[in-house]
Amino acid sequence: MILLKLFYEFFKAGLFAVGGGMATIPFLMDMADNTDWFTRAQLADMVAVSESTPGPIGVNMATYVGFTAAGIPGALMTTLGLVTPSVIIILLVARVLKQFRHNRFVEAGFYGLRPASAGLIGAAGVGVASMALLKAGASITESFAINWKAVALAAVVLVLSNWVKPTKKWHPIAFIGISAVVGVVFRFAGV
Amino acid sequence: MKELWQLFFAFAKIGVMTFGGGAAMLPMLQRELVDKRSWVEEEELMDYYAIGQCTPGIIAVNTATFVGQKRRGDIGGIFATAGMVFPSLVIILALASIITTVSDLAWVQNAFAGIRACVCVQIFNAVWKLAKKAIVDKKTAVIFAAVLLAATLTELSPVVFVVLAAAAGIILKQLEVKKA
Repeated sequence: MILLKLFYEFFKAGLFAVGGGMATIPFLMDMADNTDWFTRAQLADMVAVSESTPGPIGVNMATYVGFTAAGIPGALMTTLGLVTPSVIIILLVARVLKQFRHNRFVEAGFYGLRPASAGLIGAAGVGVASMALLKAGASITESFAINWKAVALAAVVLVLSNWVKPTKKWHPIAFIGISAVVGVVFRFAGV
Repeated sequence: MKELWQLFFAFAKIGVMTFGGGAAMLPMLQRELVDKRSWVEEEELMDYYAIGQCTPGIIAVNTATFVGQKRRGDIGGIFATAGMVFPSLVIILALASIITTVSDLAWVQNAFAGIRACVCVQIFNAVWKLAKKAIVDKKTAVIFAAVLLAATLTELSPVVFVVLAAAAGIILKQLEVKKA
């Protein structure tokens, strides 16, 4: 039963996530809140592992989530669920490629979809941030519970990955690796 | 049959060699599919990639399906996609079981706490990049802000926002046509 549920949830993500792997994060956040498959903290770890390993991020995350929820059969179901809508849609679009690109309604639909997709990923990012930058169990209203070490690290990574010349071009894995070392040295989890 | 397996292995190779997801994949696709194998023309690949970005699903999977379909029809599309996905499955399954067994160690917990701070920034960067392309006028800016706010504050499924935004896009464009 859980296998069917996993397939269904990832089919939904594959069908409605527009803009690549990162666009599946809002759907995964939704699952973290509404199922007991994994927590928000686990989700953030899965995003990090998926970014640091080869292959498409969306597929990596689906495999990881499926494995966490229901072992190897779970991983197969989530991955299959995620790619099935893509494959069907592309096989259909490939038949009418020229008309599709210049269809007025398709263009208008995507005109509205693209900013919404960015907004959805942003909202999921707020969820990850509230978990990563606050101390465990704290809510946003308790300002004293901010994890200042994590905030400082995030600020440094933000500056280095956007505005500092040599580091701007670094691969995301480099930042993840450095952050892991910083986390260990300064005992970010407090253990 | 031989060509189907060639599709499978070509995309498996692309999958293994790309770090950082679909966006990092384009140079690898160009080298393997256009330069080395001449399976598609450069411009075709750019078209596939552009459509793959705006249709639902994973960009890499969408592009693989396109190329496979072009070479060997629908079954070719399926083989190419299976090839693209296969390395991820193997690598993540191996890693996930290792991480599960060491996740109680203090240093592993500290490392992931550091990594999470970094992940926030990387999600922010991804949003920034997408938003710069998606926000082309005041209306799209309003859609972005409204969805960001509503999705943060409510528990609504992302599906609702996707459907509403596509409808809003079509309605707004229709109104423009009428005005003009």
